[in-house]
Amino acid sequence: MYSHASESLIKQAREIQESELQKFYSRLMKMLQGKELGHDTVDSLQRLHLILSATKYTRTLPLELQKRFVALLSSPAEQHQVLSTAVLRETLPLTGQELNYNQDNLGQLNSHAAGLLLSQAVSKGDLSSLCTQLLRNLESRPSEGPTHSLMHTLPVLNNVLTHSPECLSEDQMTLVSKKLVDWLRYASVMQGVGTSSGGFFTGPRSRQPVPIAELDGSVSGDFFTVLCVGQGFTEDQWMNVYSFSMLRHWLLTYHSSCSTVDAANRLQLSLSVSHSFSNDDRSEVDGSVVSMVSATSSSSRLLPPKERLREKAFQYCQRLIEQSDRKAHKKTDTELQKACLVEAVCILDCVCAEDASLVYRTFPCIKALFGRLSSELSNARVLLPIAQFYLNHGEMAAVDCENVWKVVFGRFPTELFNDPFLAHELLRFLRLNVESIELRVPQYTLYFPNLLKFLAWDSPAMVDDFVDLLPSMVTTGTAVELLHTLLDLPCLSATLVLQHRSTCLPISEPVGRSFVSLDAFRNPSFRGLFLFVLRTEAGSGDTIDRLSTLHELLVEAADWPRVTQCARTVPVLLHIFFNTIVTIADEKLLAHLILVMLERSSLLLNIPAYIKEIHRVFSCHLLRLCKLHPSLVVNQSHELLEFAGSTANVYSKEELYTHVVWVLGEYLSVSCDSRCSVSLITSCFEALEAVLFEITSSAPPTGTVCPAPKVINTLMSALAKLASRSHDLIPRVSLFLSKLRTVTRSGSVAWCSDEEDLVAIVTRGEELWSLLKAPGVAQSVLTPPPHVIAPQWHRDTNVALPLQLRALTSLTHSQ
Amino acid sequence: MVRCFLIHTVCPVSALSAGESRVLYSRVFGPDDGVLSERHRDFSPEERRLLQKERVTAVARQVRSAISLSREASGRLIVETLPGEENLALQDADCGVVRLRAGDPFSEETSALWLGVQSLGFTLVCEPHENLLLAEGTLRNLTRHCLEHLHMLGQGSEVLLKSNRIDVLLSRLLPHGQLLFLNHRFAQSLEKEVAAYMAK
Repeated sequence: MYSHASESLIKQAREIQESELQKFYSRLMKMLQGKELGHDTVDSLQRLHLILSATKYTRTLPLELQKRFVALLSSPAEQHQVLSTAVLRETLPLTGQELNYNQDNLGQLNSHAAGLLLSQAVSKGDLSSLCTQLLRNLESRPSEGPTHSLMHTLPVLNNVLTHSPECLSEDQMTLVSKKLVDWLRYASVMQGVGTSSGGFFTGPRSRQPVPIAELDGSVSGDFFTVLCVGQGFTEDQWMNVYSFSMLRHWLLTYHSSCSTVDAANRLQLSLSVSHSFSNDDRSEVDGSVVSMVSATSSSSRLLPPKERLREKAFQYCQRLIEQSDRKAHKKTDTELQKACLVEAVCILDCVCAEDASLVYRTFPCIKALFGRLSSELSNARVLLPIAQFYLNHGEMAAVDCENVWKVVFGRFPTELFNDPFLAHELLRFLRLNVESIELRVPQYTLYFPNLLKFLAWDSPAMVDDFVDLLPSMVTTGTAVELLHTLLDLPCLSATLVLQHRSTCLPISEPVGRSFVSLDAFRNPSFRGLFLFVLRTEAGSGDTIDRLSTLHELLVEAADWPRVTQCARTVPVLLHIFFNTIVTIADEKLLAHLILVMLERSSLLLNIPAYIKEIHRVFSCHLLRLCKLHPSLVVNQSHELLEFAGSTANVYSKEELYTHVVWVLGEYLSVSCDSRCSVSLITSCFEALEAVLFEITSSAPPTGTVCPAPKVINTLMSALAKLASRSHDLIPRVSLFLSKLRTVTRSGSVAWCSDEEDLVAIVTRGEELWSLLKAPGVAQSVLTPPPHVIAPQWHRDTNVALPLQLRALTSLTHSQ
Repeated sequence: MVRCFLIHTVCPVSALSAGESRVLYSRVFGPDDGVLSERHRDFSPEERRLLQKERVTAVARQVRSAISLSREASGRLIVETLPGEENLALQDADCGVVRLRAGDPFSEETSALWLGVQSLGFTLVCEPHENLLLAEGTLRNLTRHCLEHLHMLGQGSEVLLKSNRIDVLLSRLLPHGQLLFLNHRFAQSLEKEVAAYMAK
């Protein structure tokens, strides 16, 4: 698809020499002298466009040439308009009067020129002028003239609104509102004449006028909407389409939900209520066949334009919902019906937010729609705006929303985790409404196992959303289960892959590679394991006993791309989890989390980089938790000692081991927790001493590397700290340190491969040894009390005195 | 509203570093992002144009990354289709959506819908409140027309040399970035106009 030829074309365009370019410009100037543009000219213009757009640095055209292009903008031939617009878009706008936004003939702008003006606008004034011209054109149109010239008005207007809603004045808003009402509600119900290759023509009609039809072929019984068809379309029917296409944005921009604004507007506009009886208003001409929808609108004529638009929007959406129930003949129309349903529900949500009395008129319809659609999974994306409607207005209408949440949280993630658009929209819905959901849907926090399926399936696309959403899923009640679930996200990912494959591949088909895991997935005796992983709600248990079995079954999943992508996102989610949990957890829960960390450090799916990363995260947060609550160490001393006393952990979990030893040394003291006894300190000392002896007396076991100097140093420091608190232990430390010196003096050792590392270890050992010779000082140096390390400035009497003296001196010696 | 429409490479390009994407067509709708806000007031027109080009390239890069990760995860093989098999190419295309955070690269949050057809990506960047169902349908329709009218399944470079055709296509199906609710009759009418233009 993308060839060398294209690449070299771009290269040529970028590297064209200035002299050649100037020659090209003059050739073009000659070609553009004639009225018609031949094929050669068109090709040359395209090449010019390529040359200009291929580089991000702007090239300037010669003034004459640029002026010629500006003149071409208003040529009647569309090709001229398109080519000149494309070229002018890539150059700088002229600073002269050529493209003045206040010109009178702006009203005759074609669509392409309007687009160019729009893209070159640099101020709100420019946009306001453009709007004014367009609306003037709208109001007083000549009866002849190309009808297409109206159609780009609404899209351009909508574009302006996106960037600068203040561009329209109150009067202009009123004008547009009235036009929208006319086009939306009172467009012709007869089919237009069939189109030929040009625009519409107003010749005498050769047939009887035929009414418009619905998508299933039946004759339409109500006003025209985007879901009506005909052989050809009249101009106002086209405007109906353009109006509906921008309706939601218009309502969102200008229809605030603040009722005081509405009241003020109503007062202002009551004086101008005569507008609604002007000639332009065709509300007198209603269709003779009226459906339920239009029957309720008899009094709307007396409403101010804004309210009238709201009422008509309401009717239009109700009609669309009715029409979407019909069976369309074409597939594209079925897709359109779904899109219309989404739009209609969103608009109804908008108008109900503005006028609460509409909620009672709307809810029956929305409820019926939910009932009709909720059974089919293919309607999932339509059900999301319905869920939004329930969330916004359900409480007010006192409607039970249970079923809606069961579907959205319970069913969609289970069955549609692999639909990227649904995932995106559902997570966006959660993000935007998280506060409201936390309030009104308390069971939301129990659905994290289900919602995480989106992440497990497509981590790169979803991780961003989960970074925002995860804090809302962290509660004290489910924290432990959530931690286990996060650690096993790669397992979830692997399981979803297996589930997907299982449904796609028939059971009897031989699989190329050996899929031990696929067989295991289908094996009834392992069913329970996978069912737990695929559970939809939390609360049935923090994790399973046979977790190691599950990991063994999934060992081949470690190099599946989906699983490795998922594994890469777990560390960042763990950080967010811990950052959130420290703000809400009590010490008991934090203690439990430490135990989980120690336990799970050896119970992870075997993906090489994954295990190391998780250990790093654990180390970081273990440190943090213990710093915040030092008494945790004494509380969990038993488990921490068990971990620290196992020599195998030095080699397999070096980083985590180092940190466990460090927190033991630092926080196992009476000053942190009064329950810390001498015997506790002694037993800790003995456990660490044993490990230190073991790792410094022999080579590491086969298959592992020598322990890093950091481990050994940390062990030595921890021992020294403990000894400084219980002076009986000092001789034992001194003995070890002197032995260390003797051993290392004889040259290299089996447990340390680098000479510099050995020197560092020995130096540290000597520092500790000399420190312990003065036991009284040792404790303060090794474990300084908090008030020494925290700066206190003027609150510290030792520091304050010089400051005070200096202040007094400067006061008394003011001369 | 749609902010922009791009056609860009998702295959490795020799002249570019890995992960970079060559933008073959880009169209931004409306005034420059941020031109009406205070912070961009001091930029000259050249700088603004440069910034806009960079923004478009940033989008292309992010979408390329998303497409390659998605293809890696699904393990699907990319099959080259021949000219004439546009519908098949479209059926086989993978699709998805990337969330672009506020500031990266547009000042507000946007969603980039993408369609990966073999070595090229077709991307629509939409505002967050946009009807994504409609956007998806529009993107597929636009892609089909581009593949057909510009013979993109072949080795030609019409996407570069006949970009005015895409301009006309966009002016009918996505005028000024406005997504349209077109039933098959309206769509047919517009497509006839486009075909008439292409025939010239």
